[in-house]
Amino acid sequence: MGLKVLLPGALSTIQDRGRYGYQALGVPVSGAMDMEAFLAANSLLGNDRDDAEIEMTLLGGTFTFDSPASIVLTGADMTPRKNGVPIPMWEAVDVLAGDTVSLGYAVDGCRAYLAVAGGFDVPLVMGSRSTSVRCQIGGLEGRQLQAGDHLDFLTASERKPPAGDGLFADEGLMRAERSSGSDCGLGRSAMGMAARRSEAGPRYGSSFSVRAMPGPQDDRFTRAGTDTFFSSVYTMQEGSDRMGIRLFGEKIESVSGTDIISDGTVFGSVQITSSGQPIVLMADRQTTGGYAKIATVLSADLPKLAQMKPGDTVRFVRACV
Amino acid sequence: MAEDHPKGRTVIRPCGDTALTVILGNEISPEINDRVYALYHALLTEKPEGLIDLVPSFASLLVQYDPAETSFNQMKDLVLTLAGVSAEDRTPRRKRIWKIPCCYSPRFAPDLDSVAEYAGLSSEEVTERHSHGLYRIYMLGFLPGFVYLGGLDPAIACPRLPSPRKKIPQGAVGIGGSQTGIYPLASPGGWRLIGSTPVRMYVPDRADPVFLRPGDYIRFVPIDTCTYYDIAREVSRGNFLPEAEETN
Repeated sequence: MGLKVLLPGALSTIQDRGRYGYQALGVPVSGAMDMEAFLAANSLLGNDRDDAEIEMTLLGGTFTFDSPASIVLTGADMTPRKNGVPIPMWEAVDVLAGDTVSLGYAVDGCRAYLAVAGGFDVPLVMGSRSTSVRCQIGGLEGRQLQAGDHLDFLTASERKPPAGDGLFADEGLMRAERSSGSDCGLGRSAMGMAARRSEAGPRYGSSFSVRAMPGPQDDRFTRAGTDTFFSSVYTMQEGSDRMGIRLFGEKIESVSGTDIISDGTVFGSVQITSSGQPIVLMADRQTTGGYAKIATVLSADLPKLAQMKPGDTVRFVRACV
Repeated sequence: MAEDHPKGRTVIRPCGDTALTVILGNEISPEINDRVYALYHALLTEKPEGLIDLVPSFASLLVQYDPAETSFNQMKDLVLTLAGVSAEDRTPRRKRIWKIPCCYSPRFAPDLDSVAEYAGLSSEEVTERHSHGLYRIYMLGFLPGFVYLGGLDPAIACPRLPSPRKKIPQGAVGIGGSQTGIYPLASPGGWRLIGSTPVRMYVPDRADPVFLRPGDYIRFVPIDTCTYYDIAREVSRGNFLPEAEETN
């Protein structure tokens, strides 16, 4: 029950909803970049929300199945094929032992998700299967997928609830959170979107608009600087990755520099570097950062940022509490 | 507000729709940092519905929550109540001091000479001052198990390297500006390396992947190269955890 990686694609990793409860020790959350596409894929297969999927970036991979399986592809359109014949996205597709599923370059969007019924069977590390390459944990040996890798599927009966070790779970908090079946804010808001889009996939395009709330350190910028941020168009730069989307556009004026006493960051924090340019912190962000954060992107709009490619543009729309 | 933070006041600001930050001051001081961790532990004990994770730092606490289960205002009210209670808690905490073995041999200290030259001291004087310091762990961040330490002797503070190294080995002990620290994982970095510890600060497959806790203290205990490799061997067998002493 599994698949073999024939071609890994440009950057393919195992991800789930992320590793919460260990940020106080400096362990980043990681998890799927486009939570909406990720949750839709699990939902369309009847999987648990926490089941692990393969996240592919810009260029997808080629996989051969050694057993029959149900799969779903969501996210960026990488023109998926089964044995050379195009297959639909955003709906369950059955594959047989020996079938090959191949994806190409993204023609729309940046990140695609491959989910299999039951999810991928890799060890839980600190309660999550998400890969963090920088921290060498999660997924397959803490690294991106390579040609020749073999991934097993979990069946429903093999599934165990995530173990809750560590600092936060010591206090029983994560266990309580999980057993009550609660969802993180990201997941909850993205679930609704996923349900609406399950019939036809979204078109991502190349110019985006996302809502962002000023703060927590908007007071470190001049009125003109904040107005610049909320009225300019920013272009995504090469060098953007799962840690952050680097943008370039009109320089944002600060009151007296953008260094702060380091504090905690969230998925969607918009840091302004000393050169006055924004970086939106994403799934693999460091838990803490030393640049002032002018604004925070609303969780429901993060999936759009996850689908941006270098050269795409984004505009930030001011949102209130 | 970050610039003119009213002394002793608790300021709460939203971070989008899934988090808020509690600002307890705008300077790096043990008193403010103590308040951060008092509030952190109060929230862990309270376990309010909808709480997802907490990120404590020098002078503020980030509270991540599920907006479907709670709201900014609900969480804000709770935090203000707990901040009031935890500020009154004057129970003195015992200090936990970890003894971290550190080898200052030239083999592990490519930048010791440049630090000594900058400080106008001999290499021996630099390592002596470094190992005499008592360092407070203000927070963890940057990498798993990476500690932000306060208490470096200003005489051996030294600017970072003009261009960062592509790879600093795991366990390297360095000085960057007025801070000192330990690289828990091989990583790029610009700090000046003056030694190395054989202790692993981050072991991802252990139930408790990072043994250090914010609020603890560290002292570097000088060891020779032989002892370094002896300890490294024990560490790789999983038989070594540094000693800690507790004082008032």
